[in-house]
Amino acid sequence: MSFIEISHLRKSFGANTVVHDFDLSIDKGEFVSFLGPSGCGKTTILRMIAGFETASAGAIQIGGTEVTHLPPSRRKVGMVFQAYALFPNLTVAGNIGFGLKIAGKDKGEIDARVAEMLELIKLPDLGSRYPYQLSGGQQQRVALARALAVKPEVLLLDEPLSALDAKIRVSLREEIRALQRDLGITTVFVTHDQEEALSISDRIVVMNEGRADQIGTPSDIYNNPATRFVASFVGTLNLLEARVVDPAAGRLSIDGQPVMTTRDLSAFGIADETTVALRPEALTLGDGNGDRNTLSGTVEEVAFLGAVIRVRVRLSEARLSLDLFNDPALQLPRIGAPAAISFKREDLLVMDRR
Amino acid sequence: MKTNRLGHWLAIFFGTLYFLLPLVATFEFSLRKLRGVYSFEAYRVVLADPQFQSSFVYSVVLAVITIVFGMAIIVPMAYFVELRLRKLRPFVEFVTLLPLVVPAIVIVFGYLRLYNSSSLLPLTNTSTGTSFLLTCGYVTLALPYMYRSVETGLRAIDVRTLTEAAESLGASAGTIIWRIILPNIRSAMLSGAFLTFAIVIGEFTFASLLNRPAFGPYLQLIGANRAYEPAALAVMAFMITWACMGLIQVISRNTVAARP
Repeated sequence: MSFIEISHLRKSFGANTVVHDFDLSIDKGEFVSFLGPSGCGKTTILRMIAGFETASAGAIQIGGTEVTHLPPSRRKVGMVFQAYALFPNLTVAGNIGFGLKIAGKDKGEIDARVAEMLELIKLPDLGSRYPYQLSGGQQQRVALARALAVKPEVLLLDEPLSALDAKIRVSLREEIRALQRDLGITTVFVTHDQEEALSISDRIVVMNEGRADQIGTPSDIYNNPATRFVASFVGTLNLLEARVVDPAAGRLSIDGQPVMTTRDLSAFGIADETTVALRPEALTLGDGNGDRNTLSGTVEEVAFLGAVIRVRVRLSEARLSLDLFNDPALQLPRIGAPAAISFKREDLLVMDRR
Repeated sequence: MKTNRLGHWLAIFFGTLYFLLPLVATFEFSLRKLRGVYSFEAYRVVLADPQFQSSFVYSVVLAVITIVFGMAIIVPMAYFVELRLRKLRPFVEFVTLLPLVVPAIVIVFGYLRLYNSSSLLPLTNTSTGTSFLLTCGYVTLALPYMYRSVETGLRAIDVRTLTEAAESLGASAGTIIWRIILPNIRSAMLSGAFLTFAIVIGEFTFASLLNRPAFGPYLQLIGANRAYEPAALAVMAFMITWACMGLIQVISRNTVAARP
């Protein structure tokens, strides 16, 4: 039995359904991220778990207890918000101890727990400061400590890093993950940032128009996207139209050039049209050996992006981009020069018909 | 450029003259009670008048009750409108502005019809009942000012997220209002309170028609029967209003300084 069970969850605002028949099981101690664009329903599901939105249908269980209709205060969940939501009238210590005070704990216990949480978030000397005296990263750490102080069964993080600058975002997400591992707390994290989701999660739920398009490990999601949406949303991708030549042998043609894939083509018939995808980093310049596919075209653009150099090659109709690691010794291709691109057969992803 | 600046200074000069001249004249007149010398005799007479003291204390007490009563109604209402019923905001704003449109005399006659001695709820039968009715009238009268102040305070904080954060930590609605919302809109509430105080202290129509011994009718009574004392009272009334406005400024400045 999973720790969090979400079954047939639906949420409608009037005639507009924003979450459709959503199912998910989360194990105890697991870190699950909801990833998707704005308006895909990820925050609505999180808010239904927290109790801030009422489900139109379906059920949510936490630790075997049905919580679908319980008020937020009785769900034993801790929540961290994008906008920090620290109480401006309370000090850092006051904020962290707020939940414990509400729970009627005695002063000694509150003080000890607040000190422990301040140590945990590495801000042991800032207990007497007010939120406005802290940086964004410090405020979000305090918000995390406040949520954890009451020892919730589930930690909910609603885009907690979105308001921070890039460097702090990276360091804080690592801290959040380390804390979560240490405490072993079941965590649901909402983000629209694919890098965040890929780097921090045990599993990712990729949301699209109120539905889970794919649920899997970061590696699964990235390497084996189940739908065209997942493929295009997670990472940069070349999407190309292809024709199935021999489904049993895994043979296709792209712009009239033959390629092979190790992916299952049994759902397709001969001469069916399909969409294939190639990650830019899976492509290399130059002819491949016999095990690799090779496509020929003309260099159309060379863009310097710092750590990588992105080269765009035009086949007869289709265009695809490939990434080369930046190396000063690298001989960059000339625009207009003929180019061969090679890639492994297993790197050629075949999208389903959705 | 120079002509422009001269124009500005002239506008400021004439504006100041327009507002200050009557006040200075009133103040100067209030000092002339003793023939041939300037003195505060008119102020001494007024302050020594037992009727002044009783009417002033009565109005101060009623102002305080009005503030408490009004805030007890308005703060939870504005909070829930901001939190759950944002669509109703224009309607609520319209309702709270009605006391500025409906004349006080219409409201008080409405009260007298509804709560006179032969009605189902004869509040005017006793002086306590009538004072209660007067307080209700003052709350109505102060509604636009109180609501606007409180609403401005609520809009300055993220009511919804703060409420949700407190809810997830186990707080009830009452606890959230008392421990989180009220401390964060304190300066807005004080602004509303001082405005209400200034309005109630000088209010005449309600108090006069309900026949209550308030400061407004006392001002009118003195004005009709004495020469110098009304000028002294007018100056004192202005001082009270200015003190209230000054306190609003001090509080809002301190709040801004405390939270950059």
